[in-house]
Amino acid sequence: MAAINQDNRGLRLIVRYAVLTLIAIIFIFPVLFMVMSSFKPNLQLLRDTSSLRAFLPVGDISLDNYYDAFRRAPIGLFVFNSVLVTGVTVLLSLFFCSLAAFSFVYLNWKGRDLALTIIIATLIIPFETIAIPLLLFVSKLPWIGLEGIEIGWLDSYHVQIIPWIADGLTVFLFVQYFKDLPGELIEACRVEGASWWQIYVKVVMPLSGPVIATAAILKFLVMYNQYLWPLIVVQQETYRPVLVGLQYFFQLNITWGEIMAYLTIVTIPVLAIYLVLQRAFIASIASTGVKG
Amino acid sequence: MANVKLRGIRKSYGKTEVIKGVDIDIKDGEFVVFVGPSGCGKSTLLRMIAGLEDITDGTLEIDGTRVNDLEPSKRGIAMVFQTYAIFPHMTVRENVAFGLTINKMKKAEKDAKVDDAARILQMEHLMDRRPSELSGGQRQRVAIGRAIVRDPKVFLFDEPLSNLDAALRMDMRMEIGKLHQDLGASMIYVTHDQVEAMTLADKIVVLKDGLVMQAGAPMELYHEPANLFVAGFLGAPSMNFLKVTVDEIGGDWVQVSSDALASVKVPNKGRAFTFGQTATLGIRPQYLTAAPDGQGMLNGKVILTERLGSETVVNLAVADGTTLIAAIAEDAVLVPGDDMAWTFDPAVAHAFPEVS
Repeated sequence: MAAINQDNRGLRLIVRYAVLTLIAIIFIFPVLFMVMSSFKPNLQLLRDTSSLRAFLPVGDISLDNYYDAFRRAPIGLFVFNSVLVTGVTVLLSLFFCSLAAFSFVYLNWKGRDLALTIIIATLIIPFETIAIPLLLFVSKLPWIGLEGIEIGWLDSYHVQIIPWIADGLTVFLFVQYFKDLPGELIEACRVEGASWWQIYVKVVMPLSGPVIATAAILKFLVMYNQYLWPLIVVQQETYRPVLVGLQYFFQLNITWGEIMAYLTIVTIPVLAIYLVLQRAFIASIASTGVKG
Repeated sequence: MANVKLRGIRKSYGKTEVIKGVDIDIKDGEFVVFVGPSGCGKSTLLRMIAGLEDITDGTLEIDGTRVNDLEPSKRGIAMVFQTYAIFPHMTVRENVAFGLTINKMKKAEKDAKVDDAARILQMEHLMDRRPSELSGGQRQRVAIGRAIVRDPKVFLFDEPLSNLDAALRMDMRMEIGKLHQDLGASMIYVTHDQVEAMTLADKIVVLKDGLVMQAGAPMELYHEPANLFVAGFLGAPSMNFLKVTVDEIGGDWVQVSSDALASVKVPNKGRAFTFGQTATLGIRPQYLTAAPDGQGMLNGKVILTERLGSETVVNLAVADGTTLIAAIAEDAVLVPGDDMAWTFDPAVAHAFPEVS
């Protein structure tokens, strides 16, 4: 009996690992293909796609594509732009959305529930539907810059940041988390004489590590992968983010190897963050049920 | 330290009234316990005194000042919560000092107060730990420490012991009692546990459905319950109730009987009875004893005996189908099925005109 059970368990384990390995392969091979192709000249790259060689570092391997990619586009600038816009947006978003959530959960004000409902309802609106109205809107907004007041936000960092600070998902994540914090902690603060601001800074936020990580990661992915919005609001190279920068490689004589080299480079920051925050990444995706 | 005065306090949530007009006086330095079954409004009442719930109607005075509209922190109260509500991300020292820190007290003064509280609560060795490294009783101590350092006029305790295990609960109960003696501060304590109420209180306020059933010293309530509810709520095991008929009414007595009970004359403390009505006779289990031959007032058949060590609790079935409980000497030998005669001193029995 025991032996049979043992065999059964072994078999089940084998099947489970086989399935997991298959899934891992499906997810890893495109990335592997990208990295391997980035080392190959164009003709070989296209030839290799018909065989498993596509995933192997074989044939004429060199860093030429990387040299060429750097010569063709200001990659450093694009990565800097993306990291700057993403970093600032994530920080501001965490701050403002958590404050909003704080007021939804802890403060009593007229219209609170309705406001929260509306904010959460915005989750179902695809960005594409508001892109054009938003473009018209930001093109008419004033901004105080170094040269005084200007009209229109186009071609800047702030046009890539400000519209993305407030978002329903981040507010929702914080609201859910705050609701689960013990209410007596907040009441204890009130009895002790803490102001709402002190409660936010000294008690609620220090206890919100998990939700801060979750919100930051999800926001980071959204921001780093920005394409449509910067494509329509940024014309100047100076403010261009990485994914829009990909256009450079589709203009004259398209070289797939360079494209792959470029994509490999822009993937590095994401991978780095992923490796550092691996645990939080997985926890956040598991806890929200949102796909990465 | 201060007195607290509640006058006509009411609380409604929409159309539901949960506190229906409560008057209570709490004297300077008094230990008052609000007790009652769950849903009686005792916690709500405490939270209204704390300022965590609005007062719908009535006046709340602390130290002679109306505080209805004051922020909790301005009322001179400190509160200890059921879940302790200590901050998990701070050390014990930071927790205890929290209120002083946010009110920007000077460090030297703050440290002196915190050390003082640590000494009173015997937790000097815990000051650098985090709450996750503490036991339940130690966490409760931290919560009490946080209350002590603020020198409140009134301490509020909201079921502070209900998350502790039985042994620890008794220790902490004694410590809270001792703390009251040492500090001499006014304390208001909410519990559903009548043992805590009896042991700690200078004054017990028994609440039911948002109304005060009776308020007074523990033994006064125990010996002179104002109504059936208080009689049944205080005392363990709880008071026996027998349905009886009123046969005769005197100046300060009333004579009752039933199918199970021979006619007996018991004291009447000014309650209105009418001749022939159905009433309730209350007898505490401790006063019910086995009768010598021929002197029994009622017959009871032993159903079950439970030996508690210090006493034995006997369940008895009497003629009208009621089950009575008698608490008798620990060495009494009774066997289920024994049909015996029982007696009690009519002077310590209670007659209530209402029927439960």
